[in-house]
Amino acid sequence: MAEVSLNGLTKTYGATRALDAVSFTVPDGAFVVLLGPTGAGKTTTLRLIAGLEPADSGSITIAGRNVSRESPAERDVAMVFQQYSLYPHLTVRDNLAFPLKSPILRVPAAEITRKVNEVAEVLRITHKLDNKATQLSGGEMQRVSIGRALVRSPAIYLMDEPLSSLDAKLRSDLRVELKRIQADLGATLLYVTHDQIEAMTMATHVGVLDQGRLVQFGTPREVYENPVSATVAARLGIPRINLLPATLFGQAPDRAATIGLRPEHIATDAGSPATVRRVEHLGDQTRLHLTCQGHEIITLTDPHTTLTPGATLGIRPHNPLWFDASGARLA
Amino acid sequence: MSGSITEPSSRQKTVAGTLVILYAIITILPLVWIMMTGFKTGPDSISYPPKVFFQPSLEGYVNLFTSRTRATPEQLATLPAPANFADELARDRGMIITGPSKFGERFLNSVIIGFGSTFLSIFLGTLAAYAFSRFKIPLKDDLLFFILSTRMMPPIAVAIPIFLMYRSLGLSDTHLGMILLYTAVNISLAVWLLKGFIDEIPREYEEAALIDGYSRFQAFVKVVLPQAATGIASTAIFCLIFAWNEYAFAVLLTSGTAQTAPPFIPTIIGVGGKDWPAVAAGATIFLLPIMIFTILLRKHLLRGITFGAVRK
Repeated sequence: MAEVSLNGLTKTYGATRALDAVSFTVPDGAFVVLLGPTGAGKTTTLRLIAGLEPADSGSITIAGRNVSRESPAERDVAMVFQQYSLYPHLTVRDNLAFPLKSPILRVPAAEITRKVNEVAEVLRITHKLDNKATQLSGGEMQRVSIGRALVRSPAIYLMDEPLSSLDAKLRSDLRVELKRIQADLGATLLYVTHDQIEAMTMATHVGVLDQGRLVQFGTPREVYENPVSATVAARLGIPRINLLPATLFGQAPDRAATIGLRPEHIATDAGSPATVRRVEHLGDQTRLHLTCQGHEIITLTDPHTTLTPGATLGIRPHNPLWFDASGARLA
Repeated sequence: MSGSITEPSSRQKTVAGTLVILYAIITILPLVWIMMTGFKTGPDSISYPPKVFFQPSLEGYVNLFTSRTRATPEQLATLPAPANFADELARDRGMIITGPSKFGERFLNSVIIGFGSTFLSIFLGTLAAYAFSRFKIPLKDDLLFFILSTRMMPPIAVAIPIFLMYRSLGLSDTHLGMILLYTAVNISLAVWLLKGFIDEIPREYEEAALIDGYSRFQAFVKVVLPQAATGIASTAIFCLIFAWNEYAFAVLLTSGTAQTAPPFIPTIIGVGGKDWPAVAAGATIFLLPIMIFTILLRKHLLRGITFGAVRK
């Protein structure tokens, strides 16, 4: 395992700037999650680190070694693709053994067998080892893809939305499993997702990308509690942060254009009158859809609330987040 | 439910099956007739009405593989006992075998040239198709169009320039010359067909292999080739069929050393009367390699010829 640093990485495809001077460091043993909307440059970042595409400018160092000019094989990275990554003409066993048989590693046969069985055990695919890759279900395929990365001990694991094609149950199982494996192996992992639960539960660090730029990098808590912009604030938190005109509740700081209210920023004891439009009982939480001076606000309330649509209550901001006209956070 | 896909009824299956069998009979009948004629005697082969049931004879095959000369009964009487059944069969017809015919050689030429040019077309075609499919190549579309354009007129239209060129290059009547010629004709088909197949193989497989520690060439061999096997097999059959059957250039450019079977078989007709059984025997043997090759690769063929018909 090793530390991986990106320095001023830039990549353009035709007229589109996919990555714009992105710099960050994945510390040794860290689980870094890249978050961002579609087209933000998350996958491009992984592809550049893996060496599947050359960067226009900037450099990548793995364990202190500049790998910018090295081939993917020389970089010693493992990658799990979003889809399509199992070799369809090979059995599950051969798929898992494929990286170990590479001319770079040349692992002895006995060691290959041991590793493959070990990983199959962890991912619960032992009974499928002799199946063709094409005879697996989607979930099994993705577990084998992850397994193919895990059989190696690369400098870094790169994972591109590995759980996005799975059903909810399997996704949450594998999420726990992945986190456990990472902690056990002390592996360094760079993980792309737009699922914020994955980000919050697994990450030691979160990087938020927007239109090719890294807008924030920090621990999940930091990014959640201290977002640098309205866009970042909107990426984390369920229900989403409410972004409203700054003066909706009266006084606002200088230059403030938007007030950002997460459920914990909304006190429902007194203040501006708001009407309950809808009450959503989700079991563990209850969401309250409110209308306040023509603006819609979503917040959480007591699971056993007696509020019903049509009821009125007073709301006021409590330590809210302020953003200026460009969306940047006001300290 | 209307509009849903249902299992065909047994009646539909019967009708469809009957049609397929009828069609198969119509297409296979001429082949069967040729194979039968190969085992007839000369008189049986031209009898009218045609004979469906007959006493089989190897006369056609003996005539195909030997050259013979007519002998008087006195001459035959002075000979020692026939060495084998072929000798005996020839003497019954008042002939003695003087040596092997050229058919064996010509057939071998067909094998060398047919399989040689198929191998070369597939080898070059696969590499070119891979490059066109995966790499940024300047003027890619124009190059691909150029490759296709080489098939826009019938090859025989350039027969005279090729004839003159081959004569001055010393390629006339050589195996190499014929292999190169058939490869040149087949390569555009091979590149285009194979590019289609390789385009269908997601790049992610190779990328995964690159990351798994393989070089691009190793990834090509270990990941792309096995998945392109179907395309390669069906393209190979198309190439082989063309090279195997080609007649016009073979007549024009070969006469001895490198002559293939197609221009040779008709010459049998001219030797000592119309020897239909020998011609039919030659045609039968000529058919076999293609049949065997196709049967060996048949599991790839269905997918190959319906390629592109189904979008995933």
